[in-house]
Amino acid sequence: MTPGGFFARLVTALGGVSGLRRRRRGRQAELHQLFHPVDRKVDAVRESEEASRGYGATRREEPVPPPEIDETSDPHAELVVALLLIAAAIAFAGFVVFYVVSEDTQLLGLCLGLGLVLAGVASALAGKRVVIQEKTTDEYKDYGDREERREVENHLVEGKVGVTRRKLLFSSLAAVGAALGAAAVMPIASLGPRVGEKVYETPWSAGKKVVDETGEAITLDTLSPGEFITAFPAGASKEDIGSALVLVRLEAGELELPADRAGSAPGGYVAYSKICTHAGCAVSLFRYPTFDETQPGPALVCPCHYSTFNPADGGKVLFGPAGRPLPQLPLRAGADGGLEAAGGFYEPIGPSYGGIREAPGEQPL
Amino acid sequence: MRRLRVLIPVALLAASISLLALEARGADTGGAPGRSPESAGRRLFVQGCSSCHGFEGEGVKGSGPSLIGVGEQAADFYLRTGRMPLDRPGEEPIRTPSPYKPAQIRALVSYVGSFGGPPIPEVHPEDGDLAEGQKLFTEHCAGCHQIVGRGGILPGAVVPDLGGANALDVAEAVRVGPYVMPSFDQLDQSEVDDLARYVEYTHDPEDRGGWGIGHIGPIPEGMVAWLLAGVALLFTIRLIGERTPR
Repeated sequence: MTPGGFFARLVTALGGVSGLRRRRRGRQAELHQLFHPVDRKVDAVRESEEASRGYGATRREEPVPPPEIDETSDPHAELVVALLLIAAAIAFAGFVVFYVVSEDTQLLGLCLGLGLVLAGVASALAGKRVVIQEKTTDEYKDYGDREERREVENHLVEGKVGVTRRKLLFSSLAAVGAALGAAAVMPIASLGPRVGEKVYETPWSAGKKVVDETGEAITLDTLSPGEFITAFPAGASKEDIGSALVLVRLEAGELELPADRAGSAPGGYVAYSKICTHAGCAVSLFRYPTFDETQPGPALVCPCHYSTFNPADGGKVLFGPAGRPLPQLPLRAGADGGLEAAGGFYEPIGPSYGGIREAPGEQPL
Repeated sequence: MRRLRVLIPVALLAASISLLALEARGADTGGAPGRSPESAGRRLFVQGCSSCHGFEGEGVKGSGPSLIGVGEQAADFYLRTGRMPLDRPGEEPIRTPSPYKPAQIRALVSYVGSFGGPPIPEVHPEDGDLAEGQKLFTEHCAGCHQIVGRGGILPGAVVPDLGGANALDVAEAVRVGPYVMPSFDQLDQSEVDDLARYVEYTHDPEDRGGWGIGHIGPIPEGMVAWLLAGVALLFTIRLIGERTPR
């Protein structure tokens, strides 16, 4: 009896419950093929090879030798992998630190990206250099052969045994996991109603002068009706989300402002926050018809998603995904003819997420 | 020899007939002496423009605006770029080859100019500053026309590509504010020169950064980035996915 034949019997005996037994007869020929390698050409060659190596005949009795540990596993590589993992952990920790101390999202992205790249390189290197790799071509082997199975088991054991700095590698991996987890969890701090008063705190207040991009004061005759310009508060940062205005001059007769905003447009000048209430892009498009009977009416348009606002009636949404009007800033003419703010914005500035359509509660302006 | 003697008078006759014919054509377009360009312009105006702008340029309710006070500036812009005449009132005027000959356009422009309004503006792009022009273009024009002047869309209107716009078109459009474009009278002459210089530059911009990819912005740029990044990723995957041969 060949080992194959024995194993076939073992299998049929062990699994000899209903299913296997029923198909037993049908499988008989198949099993014979599978477990009698001598009958097959490929295995016949292998058999002869094994025989020439001198243990073919006696292998059934001999205990399988212990696996030889492959010395090609590179302790140097292990160190490199560990260092890479530690560097990745530091980068992820950097994300957490910058999240707290800095507002620069570029730094956050850099940390996260660097950490992921380092961790990726580390795992690629570990896969190639640290864990034992062996390429075998698996011909139709004699699966019943105990020795073959032991060989496979040995490969598995080798894979573990070859790594010498297991503790170091695993602890740096754990550090990476912890730091990445912390970096991923950190932005939760930005969720929720923490924005608070920020949307009402803009550089604009009563008496703040309106200037153009170069800092020159805008007066009542800077624009003709039908023109527009980007404006800023005098002496304040242009970077502030509440700073930039889109200033439009319309014919006084075109204005349809709500009654409570009647005095907010001296000389037909109306000012709106340049930040779209949909996704926070700069409202940089203005259309003003030459002939309003056949052409679309005046509108401020955001180039990102084409939210379209009506400058004549307090920035109401004419079209597009914006959920609420463009916040208007009341204006007045100063003593020297220069335009200045008559107060803060009527509505909170900035984009509204989550379907928010209006300001929460009363305006504290 | 006898043959030649016959041919010469025939040739002379033919030449004088064709000269007469040319003369007649010239009269048709307002070039003949004794007729002012205004009167030729008047005839063309009545034929081609009055149905929407009225016989005296006073405008027709619901069809076309009054041309009184628009001046040669606007007339020259709309006619030279073929934006007028429109097929139907209410259509967006876009750049097309003009159905009028240059002399006819001149006659019409001076006729519309006789209603009063600003003359054809001066523009000197060669005096303009390119860097300043780009800054001005970014601030005032790029919102709709895109930074390299390739145009775009706006709810209710197509924003024209400036690829065909010459310096005079730019100077006129900035002042006139055609269709739904606002006018930019706040810009002074030197700023208009800067803008015209920049627009001329955008016709064939230097692509120092690499490929222009049509100069239409982030969508093709993003696609190229994704394709390049995708190939790079594939190579990386291949590299780390392949086992080290022993």
